[in-house]
Amino acid sequence: MNDPGTLLVWSVLLIPTGAAVLLALIPAYTVTARLNMLASLLTLAAAVGLLWARPPTSPYLIVDDVNVVFIVLNTLVAFTTSVFSASYIAHELETGRLTPVSLRFYHAMYQGLMGAMNLALVANNVGLMWVAVEIATLTTVVMVGIYRTHEALEAAWKYFILGSVGIALALFGTIIVYLGARGVVGEGLNAMAWSELVRHAAAFDPALLNLAFVFLLLGYGTKVGLAPLHAWLPDAHAEGPTPISAVLSGLLLNVALFALLRFRMIMAGNPGTLAPGPLMVTMGLSSLLFAAFMLYRRHDIKRLFAYSSIEHMGIITFAFGMGGPVANFAGLLHMTMHSLTKSAIFFAVGHVAQAKGTQRLADIRGLTHTHPLLGWGLVVGVFAIAGMPPLGVFMSEFLVVSSTFARQPLIAIPLVVGLLVAFAALLLQVSRVAFGEPQGSSEPVHASYGPMVLHLGLVLVAGVYVPAPIVSWFQHVARLLG
Amino acid sequence: MNGLSFDIAHLLAGGLVLVSFMLLYQARMYALLNLFALHAVVLSLSVAWQALIQGAPHLYVTAAIALGFKGLVIPLALHRIVQRLHIHRAIEPVVGIGLTMLAGMGLVALSIGVVLPVTAEAGSLAREDLAFSMAVILLGMLMMVSRHNAVSQVVGFMSLENGLILAATGANGMPLVVEISVAFSILIAFIVIGIFLFRIRERFDTVDLHALDTFRGERR
Repeated sequence: MNDPGTLLVWSVLLIPTGAAVLLALIPAYTVTARLNMLASLLTLAAAVGLLWARPPTSPYLIVDDVNVVFIVLNTLVAFTTSVFSASYIAHELETGRLTPVSLRFYHAMYQGLMGAMNLALVANNVGLMWVAVEIATLTTVVMVGIYRTHEALEAAWKYFILGSVGIALALFGTIIVYLGARGVVGEGLNAMAWSELVRHAAAFDPALLNLAFVFLLLGYGTKVGLAPLHAWLPDAHAEGPTPISAVLSGLLLNVALFALLRFRMIMAGNPGTLAPGPLMVTMGLSSLLFAAFMLYRRHDIKRLFAYSSIEHMGIITFAFGMGGPVANFAGLLHMTMHSLTKSAIFFAVGHVAQAKGTQRLADIRGLTHTHPLLGWGLVVGVFAIAGMPPLGVFMSEFLVVSSTFARQPLIAIPLVVGLLVAFAALLLQVSRVAFGEPQGSSEPVHASYGPMVLHLGLVLVAGVYVPAPIVSWFQHVARLLG
Repeated sequence: MNGLSFDIAHLLAGGLVLVSFMLLYQARMYALLNLFALHAVVLSLSVAWQALIQGAPHLYVTAAIALGFKGLVIPLALHRIVQRLHIHRAIEPVVGIGLTMLAGMGLVALSIGVVLPVTAEAGSLAREDLAFSMAVILLGMLMMVSRHNAVSQVVGFMSLENGLILAATGANGMPLVVEISVAFSILIAFIVIGIFLFRIRERFDTVDLHALDTFRGERR
C-alpha cells in the first residue's frame, strides 16, 4: 500500500465496491444519482493515474501496457454513462417504469458491475479474472430483468442460461491451462498467474493448450456475442434499461474479448500450438456477415444497434485473428472507437425512446425536425458506426480491410461484402428514423447531451488526427499481442 | 500412486458420469431432484477422496460445500418450489429418451477420445478425471438443451458445475481461489435463479419456458 501504483489499482477496485454498498443504503434518488457520478469520476481519476504510476506485479493483480488502455477506456465510458443514466432514470421514475426501491438496487448494481469489470481487467490470476467476469455477468442479468415485463424476464433468463454455460466452458478451459502449466511452473498460485504463464508458454504441452483454447474461445466467445453463440445479446440489449445497453455494448463485450486476448497471447508464445488465428477469423467473419444481413429487417431500435454490436465484435475478433502488428493495431483502435461510438448511439437512442414513448422503428420518424440535437446526434453516431469518413471507425475499418487485402485477398472479399451490407442497412434505417414527416406522439426530453457530444467529438477527432504518442503506444501494444 | 486409491477415485468419478446419465432420462420432477442430490453426494465423496490422497485438507471444505449445499439445501428448496408451483407432473423432453441417451453416449465417447490422447504427459489420475469431468459437463449441457422446463434446466446447469468442480479438484494443487469461487458462484447463481422462478411465477403462472418463448423477439 506504500507506493502510489498499488494505491491507485486498489482504488480502481475499491471505489466502485464501496460505492455499491453505500448506494444500496441511501434511499434518496437525486443523491444516489450524483453519488454514482462522483464515484465513477473518482474511479476514472484513479485509472488515469495508473498511466504514470504502476503497482508491482503480484500473483493476483497486474497493470501492464496492454490492460491500462482498457482500464482507462472502461472507467471513462462508465463515467459518461453515469451522467447519461442520471437524466435517463429521472424520466423512468416519472413514468413509473422504475420504483425508488428498484432504483437503489440499480445504482448499487451499476457500481458493482464497474468494480467487477475493472477487476477482470487488472486480474493477473486467470482464475480471478474468470470470477470477475462471472460477477459482471450476474449483475447484468439482474439489471436486464429490472423492468420485470414479460420480455425483460425472458431476455434475462436467456442471457443467464447462455452466459452461465459460456462461463462454465471458460472455467473448464482455465482449468486445462492450469493442468498444462503445472508441470512447468510448479503447483500453486504461480501456475495461474498470467505473467508467469506467458513467460513459460513455450514449454507448455501444445495439445493441452489447444484443447483449452477451444473451450476458452467458445466460453468467452459467448460473452463477446460471436455468431453462433450470440442469441442472448439482442434481447438483453433491447429489454434492459438503456444505460445498461450502453455499458453492455461498449464495455462488457470488450472485457470478455480482453480475457480471450490474454489467452491468445499465451497461445502465441508457444510455437507448437494450433494457430488461434483461423478459428477467430472464422468466428469473426461469420458474426459480421450474419449480423450485417440481420440489420435489415429489425423493428426495434435498440435491437438494431445490438446487431450492429455483434457485427463490430466480429470485425474486431477478425482483426485479432489475422494478427500481426497492423491488424492488431486496427483491432485495438476499433475496440476503442466502437466503445465510444456505440455508447454515444445508445445515449441518443435512450432519450429518443423516452421522447417518442416507443422503441418501434416504424413509429419513429422525422427526428431531426422534432428533436434536432438528438436527431442529428443519432445521425452522426450512425454515420460513424457505419464507417463513414472522416470519423474514427472509418480509419480502423480501413486498416483492417487494407491489411487483409495485403495478406489474404480472398478473405478480404467476404469482409468487404459484410461491411458494405451493414453500411447500407444502417444508412437505410437511420434515414427513415431521422428524416421525413414527424410521426406519432413526441414529448420534449430533459436530456443531458454532454456524454453523447463528448463521445462523438472524440470519435471525430480520432478520425482526423490521432496524437503521435497514442499511435506509438497502440503500436507497442499491438506488437505485444503478437 | 498405489492401485487401490486410483481405483477408488476412478470409481467415484465414473459414478458421477453414471448419475449424469440417470438425470438424463428422468421423466419425473421429484425423482430428478432426488437424483441431483445423489449427484452432489457422489461429487462430494469424490472430492473428499481427492483431498485424502493428495493430502490437501482445503479440499474437504469443497467436499463439505458440495454435500451440505448442493446435496441437501438446494434439492430441498427446489422441492418446495416445485410443490408451490404445482409443476410435479411429468417433464416433457424435447427429443425422445432413446435419442438423448444415444447422444449422451456419443458425448462420453467424444470426451474420452479427445482428452486421453492429448494429456499423455499429465498424471494418469488427472487424465481420467479430466475425461470424466468433461463428460459430465457435456451431459449437463445436453440435459439443458433437451428439456423445456426451467427447473430441469437449472438442474442440468448445476450438474454441469459439478463436473467443473471434479475437474478443478483433479488438477493437483490448483489454488483454493478457484474452489471457493466456484462454490460461491453457485450460491449467487442459485439466488438469482430463485428470484427468477418466483418472478416468472408472478407473471405467467407457469415455469414452462416453452410458454415464455411465445413472447419472444420482435413481436410486441
